[in-house]
Amino acid sequence: MAEFIRFDRITKFYGPLCVVENLDLGIDKGEFVSLLGPSGSGKTTLLMMLAGFEQPTSGNILLDGTAINDVPTHRRDMGVVFQSYALFPHMSVGENVAFPLQMRGMGRAEIEGRVKRALDMVQLSAFADRRPSQLSGGQQQRVALSRALVFEPRVVLMDEPLGALDKQLREQMQLDIRDLHRRLGLTIVFVTHDQSEALTMSDRVAVFNKGRIEQIGTPRQVYDEPATRFVAEFIGETNLVEGVVEAVEGEEATVRLPSGAQIVSAVSGSVSSGQPVFLSIRPERVDLSETRGDARNCLETEVTDSVYQGDHLRVQLQNAAHPLIAKLGRRSREFPPGTRVYAGFSAGDCRVIAP
Amino acid sequence: MPMKLAKTAFAALTILFLVAPLIAILPLAFTSSVILTYPVPSWSLRWFEELFTADAWRRAIVNSLIIGTGTTLLATVLGTAASLGLRNRLLFFRGSMRTLFLLPMVVPAVVLGVGMQVLLAGFGLTNSYAGVIIAHTVVAVPFVVVSVTGALAGIDERVELAAQSLGASPATVFRRVTLPLAMPGVLSGAVLAFATSLDEVVLTLFVAGPNQRTLARQMFSSIRENISPAIAAAAFLFIAATVVIGLVVVLSRSMLAKRR
Repeated sequence: MAEFIRFDRITKFYGPLCVVENLDLGIDKGEFVSLLGPSGSGKTTLLMMLAGFEQPTSGNILLDGTAINDVPTHRRDMGVVFQSYALFPHMSVGENVAFPLQMRGMGRAEIEGRVKRALDMVQLSAFADRRPSQLSGGQQQRVALSRALVFEPRVVLMDEPLGALDKQLREQMQLDIRDLHRRLGLTIVFVTHDQSEALTMSDRVAVFNKGRIEQIGTPRQVYDEPATRFVAEFIGETNLVEGVVEAVEGEEATVRLPSGAQIVSAVSGSVSSGQPVFLSIRPERVDLSETRGDARNCLETEVTDSVYQGDHLRVQLQNAAHPLIAKLGRRSREFPPGTRVYAGFSAGDCRVIAP
Repeated sequence: MPMKLAKTAFAALTILFLVAPLIAILPLAFTSSVILTYPVPSWSLRWFEELFTADAWRRAIVNSLIIGTGTTLLATVLGTAASLGLRNRLLFFRGSMRTLFLLPMVVPAVVLGVGMQVLLAGFGLTNSYAGVIIAHTVVAVPFVVVSVTGALAGIDERVELAAQSLGASPATVFRRVTLPLAMPGVLSGAVLAFATSLDEVVLTLFVAGPNQRTLARQMFSSIRENISPAIAAAAFLFIAATVVIGLVVVLSRSMLAKRR
């Protein structure tokens, strides 16, 4: 599939502060890409540059093969949804949705039909004559969404659109937006700092840190195969254990821990023997048993704490050298503190990460 | 409880202090006597009649309306434009620029008046309506700037960005989004500009000729010549006009707010 949006060596300075550094990113038509990262990582700035609200200090932004650096925002044909909804407070819901169509010089009858369909899509056609201030936060965001989609923009940009909503509503909207994306074949660039939101909705996730992309891949890739320590820690919870590479064989490496134990682990980047590295082990991939099982990797540990959290049991373990956390399914048996257990996991369930 | 009582009493006293001069002058507008003094012998509307029939007063009222309207238009346009310009965060010396626009509020009117007279003379604008309107505009603009800046600060910048992204050119964003949202501030600014022009005396003394004698100026000179109750009637007109304009603004603002 042809690349639809291309960020070509984009750099952005605010005064002496570099917020985006020599960044390359390509997005396909019809793709849902999340820009995920902590605040100040440059993800919103990148979105603002794509929308045309900000200019890159250097580098080009290409849309469908043409540079759009000099195209003003109102000619870029992109729908933008903000966290603060940004509805026009002096217009009714219907007038808000009609606005982009009026800007395109459509006839009254056509506008009416399209506005109705767009409001139907978000189940708000009954509210067309209300003022935005008379609507709840979730309803306002749905109006903003239908306003950004009604003119069939080439790209839809969303800047933390669900950040102001409560948890239940947010999860419902995540599914709604994902559904709209699939039904309408939209190209969506979605900025968020919420990793579970990014994993739920995206085709691909770009993990931002300090103005750079640390890793870009499918939700499964960034979660299961973190390329850097930052990605491993930012997405989900993980056990990070220091060690030294002893041998590398194909896609697997043997790592010796300070305690002397040997771990066989999958490798993300390139490492060589003798190199100090981190191991990332997801807590839910760890199994506990009182006997040494047949798992490839097995660490002898002692339970220090065990917390029942409804959907899972969270067990804190102390190995000879380092603490470890295991999340066990709710059918698991209890592990009272002081129990000596073996923590087992396969080579594919942990990753070697170069520091 | 005593504390609450004390607060209420204090508030009442403060309000009384502010409106006492008005209460003192207003009844005298309806006196039948020829001198501006209490007690009022009997009630009459003769001084209002005088106001609208005596040539000097009638012309003064018309002049005030002409100059007030001109000042309101000019000051509102300039002040609104200035406020929009001052929003630009990248503007150099933004703070100093804002102070500059507010300066006429604090510079003594006498100083402004002298400068204005010299300046307008250079352009041949003394003794003309245009000259008086320009002079009044200088002191009226700060009120518009304060009022419109406040209104603009209340607009979420993202609403304007959203409008742009939906296909509105900068001019359309201003016409369809920024201006309507700032309208309450623009209206208040316009009213304040009109009120400023209405009671401006000092600058008028310096730059106006006999043909531009305004109501305030006429009151000022007739106080020196003879203290006739026509002044009280003029004051009554002033206050009534101000109250009506104030009510109109309050009502239109609440109507605008209700539409939100």
